[in-house]
Amino acid sequence: MARMKFLCDADRCIECNACVTACKNEHDVPWGINRRRVVTINDGKPGERSVSMACMHCTDAPCAAVCPVNCFYTTADGVVLHSKDLCIGCGYCFYACPFGAPQYPRVGNFGSRGKMDKCTFCAGGPEADSTSAEYVKYGSNRLAEGKLPLCAEMCSTKSLLAGDGDIIAQIYKERVSKRGYGSGAWGWKTAYKETIAT
Amino acid sequence: MAEFLAHVRYFVGALALLAVIAVATPSVAQAPGQVNPTAQSVKEDQLFQQLNRLDGRVTIPDARSAVLIQPAGQSWREFHQSTLLWIAGISIVGMVVLLTVFYLVRGVVKLSSGKAGRTILRFNGFERFIHWMTATTFIILAISGLNLTFGKNLLLPLIGPEAFTAFSQWGKYAHNYLSFPFAIGVFFIFIMWIKDNIPNSVDVEWIKQGGGIVGKKHPPAYRFNAGQKIVYWIVVLGGVAVAISGYLLMFPFYGTGIAGMQLAQIIHGIVGVLMIAAMLAHIYIGTIGMEGAFDAMGSGEVDVNWAKEHHKLWVDEEMGKTGSTRARMTPAE
Repeated sequence: MARMKFLCDADRCIECNACVTACKNEHDVPWGINRRRVVTINDGKPGERSVSMACMHCTDAPCAAVCPVNCFYTTADGVVLHSKDLCIGCGYCFYACPFGAPQYPRVGNFGSRGKMDKCTFCAGGPEADSTSAEYVKYGSNRLAEGKLPLCAEMCSTKSLLAGDGDIIAQIYKERVSKRGYGSGAWGWKTAYKETIAT
Repeated sequence: MAEFLAHVRYFVGALALLAVIAVATPSVAQAPGQVNPTAQSVKEDQLFQQLNRLDGRVTIPDARSAVLIQPAGQSWREFHQSTLLWIAGISIVGMVVLLTVFYLVRGVVKLSSGKAGRTILRFNGFERFIHWMTATTFIILAISGLNLTFGKNLLLPLIGPEAFTAFSQWGKYAHNYLSFPFAIGVFFIFIMWIKDNIPNSVDVEWIKQGGGIVGKKHPPAYRFNAGQKIVYWIVVLGGVAVAISGYLLMFPFYGTGIAGMQLAQIIHGIVGVLMIAAMLAHIYIGTIGMEGAFDAMGSGEVDVNWAKEHHKLWVDEEMGKTGSTRARMTPAE
């Protein structure tokens, strides 16, 4: 099986935020939550770079390790998913996550945390594939339809890559060798304990 | 003529512009092969050498999402998955073992002079209400807190994921709502008993003699002995620490960022488990550990002999202050 990963080629990202919008629309993401966002580093200075970031579906995921109710699981594709039926909205995964992926809809009188929401790599949740029950909680399940995550699929500069980690690493390597530069695979060391040698 | 001059002016102006461009151009235009757009570009490795987390700017309204990578989550994970478990395990299990050994060796601290049959008011109704409000909410908060820390290893395999989630969900509600009566209770404990809990020279003597519980003698004490003062300050200072850190966690991003919340959780966890261990000792000595002690918080009336043995100076004060009217002639049950 493929090991699914995200890779943002920051030298191509033009900070158009289309991945953010597409994700929100595709999954009908709750108000106030962005499963993906584009962060610009050194904004306005020479050498600024924008990186599109969401859940990186880590190897040995910190969220899964600290979850007090064990609501996380990793699919055969290496995608880290969780069950909203088991989640209690404690916030621990947010403290542990290096990428700020877990977010909580604000519910109740104190704006306390509801059930956690995060990027699913367009792979839904524990419910049966492509059911409305799955859609309501996790959004659409494109992987089950044989498609890759929408954010990467519609990226206009093909900066954001999603798919088999070996293949997207190969694509990135070829780009770097052809154009002669690359600012690196952002987050890979943290998420996958490896980086792409270029 | 004027028209000719205008043409000349125009021509000269155009030449001057060309000259400016000609001078300026070489510094800008380079051969395409020499362009290196990453010469100044930010690189993850370099940034991490200077910073312990990567921040940027986002255009979406949620400015909190501008933190790109925060590796501190890994150390928080280490704390939560290992350090806290060790601290909690050693302090709580250690306290239970210690109390058991103590009970077997020392046994119940008896009332050596027997019951007098007369009682004296030790805690009035309001004091007892505040004590029990704080105590019951603390026990529920402690159980739901320990469940979040140890539950998935101990309870989850026993009752299954659905039941465990339901239990933990109620634990979270309990934490959210019962924190208020707990914090109010700690506040009242603070102002209600502060005047009797200022450390003084009597406490030094009390500790030197090992109190009435470790030592065999009963060193004199005012309303609260040194041991009780320690419990008081653990409750007040620990209670304030867990309340502040807890509310920072309950209201995410009010006054804290991600690093602040990690620190708040670390403080909340450590202080919480240490308080649980301390309260086990408090519960022990207030119930099975000492004869006659529970009445103080039960009925509020303690036997005069018990009071004289444990709080001689307090009894003297009370008797002197109120005469014998407060020591009522009621038979002790």
